Amino acid sequence: MVKIIYVEHTGARHEVNVPDGENLMEGAVQNNVPGIDGDCGGNAACATCHCYIPSEWQALTGERSELEDSMIELADTAQPNSRLACQIKASAALDGLEVHMPATQH
Amino acid sequence: MATQLKDTRITQTLPQGSVSWPLPPRVRPEFANHDKATLESYLASAPLDEVDIADPLWWESDTNHVYFRRLREEAPIFFTHVNSNRHRGFWNVTRWNDVMAVDTNHQVFSSEAMLGGITLFDMDPDFIMPMFIAMDQPKHDVQRKAVNPIVSGQNLAGYEELIRSRTCEVLDSLPRGEAFDWVDKVSIELTSRMLATLFGWPQERRRMLTYWSDVSTSDPELPGSPGKEERQGILLGMLQEFTMLWNERVNAEPTGDLVSMLAHNPATRNMPPMEFMGNLVLLIVGGNDTTRNSITGGLYFLNKNPGEYAKLKANHGLVENMVSEIIRYQTPLAHMRRTALQDTVLGGQLIHKGDKVVMWYSSANRDDTVLDRPDEFIIDRARARQHMSFGFGIHRCVGNRLAELQLKILWEEILKRFDHIEVLDEPERVPSAFVRGYKSMMVRIPA
Repeated sequence: MVKIIYVEHTGARHEVNVPDGENLMEGAVQNNVPGIDGDCGGNAACATCHCYIPSEWQALTGERSELEDSMIELADTAQPNSRLACQIKASAALDGLEVHMPATQH
Repeated sequence: MATQLKDTRITQTLPQGSVSWPLPPRVRPEFANHDKATLESYLASAPLDEVDIADPLWWESDTNHVYFRRLREEAPIFFTHVNSNRHRGFWNVTRWNDVMAVDTNHQVFSSEAMLGGITLFDMDPDFIMPMFIAMDQPKHDVQRKAVNPIVSGQNLAGYEELIRSRTCEVLDSLPRGEAFDWVDKVSIELTSRMLATLFGWPQERRRMLTYWSDVSTSDPELPGSPGKEERQGILLGMLQEFTMLWNERVNAEPTGDLVSMLAHNPATRNMPPMEFMGNLVLLIVGGNDTTRNSITGGLYFLNKNPGEYAKLKANHGLVENMVSEIIRYQTPLAHMRRTALQDTVLGGQLIHKGDKVVMWYSSANRDDTVLDRPDEFIIDRARARQHMSFGFGIHRCVGNRLAELQLKILWEEILKRFDHIEVLDEPERVPSAFVRGYKSMMVRIPA
């Protein structure tokens, strides 16, 4: 299990254990973390699991794919550190990762 | 007008002369009658290649699901040849995963208006209306971003009170103990008021927006619909009226409505007239037909499924989940179409460059290899948000959150007021393979 801390826009924190290899959208949805919807089921095709990754974790969470990049760039709330949670897989290296969420998903 | 579109990616044009107006007569077997049972039994046993599922008959009668179930099982990616002198032939993509593969591959599957656009029937080549849903990257992205803020979460929060007060007003005005048309009095009324607000359009003339929406999606061949030239004239009239609003707003301070947003954004302020018209049509249809038909569909489904209606009355907290289930079950736009920009293989079928590829969202939403009991309407369905109705990828519905908000508020307020709303008869459906909707549905609220 990998400890992931989901931080809502309000600052509310949700610390959950995500199975190794599971993506972070599923990690949130399976644990009823509010603020991550995952409408497309993990295909980087809807941007309703939009999140921000703190700079110190970016090297470990990887790069956006082309589709992911297209979807993020269409969001008003996009930032340079935006990712789609469904495209990041939990692993031991990410233990303790903080995932920040926008006020709303669109 | 069409030559005003500057997009260097366009390397193909429609095969000229393959479809010409007036369209040749449609091939269809003779039926003794158009009863649902007769048509369903035909679709259940006819050779797959004998059926033209684009025929409005299968949509007006709501029998198309029988054919799509067979395609999903027997031929999930299937080319329709019959009546190709009317529509040039098209690929049917019917399974969830294949639709997802097309929708997320915008490099290969183009939405470009000049290639025919995003509906099964090509855009009228004499009347091409560029609009961002029918554009590819990069132009699509910048135009979409020009209007995106109006339906963002933050902006919607500001609309919530207005939507609720209007919903209350409309519901409180409904007659008790007598039959009335739910489509006219509720579905159209609420969506036209919302649209007028979004456009900064005068409320007293809101039904014009509904009219233009209906005209723009109408089939010029059907009796009662405006013909091709008449349709063009009506839409040009719409353009003229909106151009007056544009001219008022372009030099004024931004007012936060769609016309002002388009007039002030660098990506859209120099649009040629036909492109302004195209984007108007897109936003009017997008904000009108879809929500309207989900408002009607929801009430219809609850009446068809009394157990679900009882569940809802017992637990009003189910509204939000039910809204997603209504949108799945209705699938207010049955399909989106793409054009292949290169030869490609999809589900083992070779798709040729230039082929028309129709993603049947209405079929993907009934794919039982992905969804549990998809033919059933289940308001507390697990993960109900995972449906295909908004599309996926870069063209995903921009107004989805607004639609959900309107439906959620409507059902919250219905439940506060009415113990029951009874659907009196089968609704009259729109004869269209694109807009899956209702012309009218008679209901009664017990006195």
